[in-house]
Amino acid sequence: MTSIDARAAVPVEEVAAPGRRPRAYDPQRRRSVLLTVLLWICVLYFVLPLWWLVVSTTKDNSGLFSTFGLWFGGNFALIENLQTLFTLRDGIFLRWIANTILYSVVSALGATVLSAMAGYAFAKYDFPGRKALFSITLGAIMIPLTALALPTYLLFASAGLTDTPWAIIIPSLVNPFGVYLMRVYATDAVPDSIIEAARVDGAGENRIFWGVGMRLLGPGLVTVFLFSLVGTWNNYFLPLIMLNTSDLYPLTVGLAQIQSAATAGGGSQALFSTVITGSFVSIIPLIVAFLFLQRYWQSGLATGSVKG
Amino acid sequence: MTSAPALTAERATVPPPKHHTSTARRRQNRAAYLFILPFFVVFIAMLVVPLAYSGYLSLFESRLIGGQVFAGLANYARALTDPAFLGSLGRAGLFFVIQVPIMLGLSLLFALALDSNRARGSKAIRLLIFMPYAVPAVVATLMWGYLYGPDFGPIAQVVRALGGATPEFLTRESILGAMMNIVTWEFVGYNMIIMYAALRSIPAELYEAAEIDGAGQFRVAWSVKIPSIRPAILLTVIFSIIGTFQLFAEPSLLNTIAGDAVSNSILPNYYAYNVAFLNQELNYAAALAFLLGIVIAVTSYVVQLSTERRERKERADS
Repeated sequence: MTSIDARAAVPVEEVAAPGRRPRAYDPQRRRSVLLTVLLWICVLYFVLPLWWLVVSTTKDNSGLFSTFGLWFGGNFALIENLQTLFTLRDGIFLRWIANTILYSVVSALGATVLSAMAGYAFAKYDFPGRKALFSITLGAIMIPLTALALPTYLLFASAGLTDTPWAIIIPSLVNPFGVYLMRVYATDAVPDSIIEAARVDGAGENRIFWGVGMRLLGPGLVTVFLFSLVGTWNNYFLPLIMLNTSDLYPLTVGLAQIQSAATAGGGSQALFSTVITGSFVSIIPLIVAFLFLQRYWQSGLATGSVKG
Repeated sequence: MTSAPALTAERATVPPPKHHTSTARRRQNRAAYLFILPFFVVFIAMLVVPLAYSGYLSLFESRLIGGQVFAGLANYARALTDPAFLGSLGRAGLFFVIQVPIMLGLSLLFALALDSNRARGSKAIRLLIFMPYAVPAVVATLMWGYLYGPDFGPIAQVVRALGGATPEFLTRESILGAMMNIVTWEFVGYNMIIMYAALRSIPAELYEAAEIDGAGQFRVAWSVKIPSIRPAILLTVIFSIIGTFQLFAEPSLLNTIAGDAVSNSILPNYYAYNVAFLNQELNYAAALAFLLGIVIAVTSYVVQLSTERRERKERADS
């Protein structure tokens, strides 16, 4: 949905199963054919729309209308579609990809570092005001982005920051749920004994955090980073409000713009296949990221939900 | 807004060792404050200040003559009698009552099925169900918009091939259902992962005993597994409340696909946006956004309270 991405999160397998010993009696006899078949049928619901998207990127407009949606047919127009997409308005789509990567990587890095520092401090130091500040952070998870978007826009406008990358990056740096996750994660991942030992060795608090803490927080960091990345990558509301110049758009706003042109244009039907191809191209990076980093985010999410 | 008991159940940090001198203690406190400082600077600038500003704006009215005039609670009074706003809240409420239970029910079923470890290819199933989460709402809505479409949508193609009449998914009557389906498709997997993760961390001893006693899978799921992951389920309910009342990309994109079916006030967040940027009524929009925040906070709070009460009751019963 929109960003205050509470829907962000933490690492499942490694951390998740403390004390769960391998099931002693877990042999093949427990496999159920019926359950397998039912589940795979359900999987179709989640996969078929994406399959349709893949198939449709290979069709030209007449193919879209004249052939069956869930199978290839007509001209194989994938290359043409990609060409049209990337040459649209002097290659603006490439620009949108670059913008999206810039906004989401920078704000995810920032959000991860801020969350890690704050989460670590909440987990490992008993300073005055710790409880109150942490409660405030948690409460903030519930503040709807809507209540903030409009005043943030006005504030940025008076500072002359609307229609710049900062208008997307700065608001995306706040991730209260990330702080919560890092705190939960740091509590277990960074043993107090190691901190004490480092202190005895004369290391300063800063050295301990950056040198020892950050290394132990690895999977938690990947999780917060990935979910912050998705939050910004998928955000539509904020850039829609903040940006006016097409050159600054991220993919989401750009795609919505081509879509409006496609429906409003009436005659410019050729744009449908462009919208479809653009949609397909824009989801590849995130799906690849989730596939490669699955061990991390799955275990990260576990931490958050278990201690929650 | 409110703090979340669901999230606050936290373990106390280990108290600092006694032998530390107070200077060392002070140094540690200073380090801790420096660690949380960057977060709170951005937090105050991007959350607290805008929120306060929004509250301030909502108390004014902009007149053609005289500019900004203090209006007290007039904007709120207007919102509470604005049929468009109340209607949008009602539809969001419908979403919450119909779509959220379906979505979370499916998530729970899949999580339990996968946790039982009885299906082949569990890992692939988990990943494929989760995949839509990586698809931006904008793309998901565009895609489903085409899938629903009467011309080259495959659903219509199949129905026509079977001799039926072209189904209409994008009419005023059916648009809410169409949106519910899109949101379900997007978020079943995400919620499933949270629940599955919680299930994996239940100590096996807890239900192995029950299984050895001859309790069936369903019995174990109902009376051991589901109760032990209640905090995780509550977390997904709260996130769903927040998400539902903030839906924006879905109505906004469906509006470009089927403009007639999507009114400007179909859902509250979209309505607030239209009031602010189409009608240019910033003050009124601020009041709407503020009210929406209150509705979200109150709903989340009530859900938490009722879960806690049930838990207390169960503890008392046992």
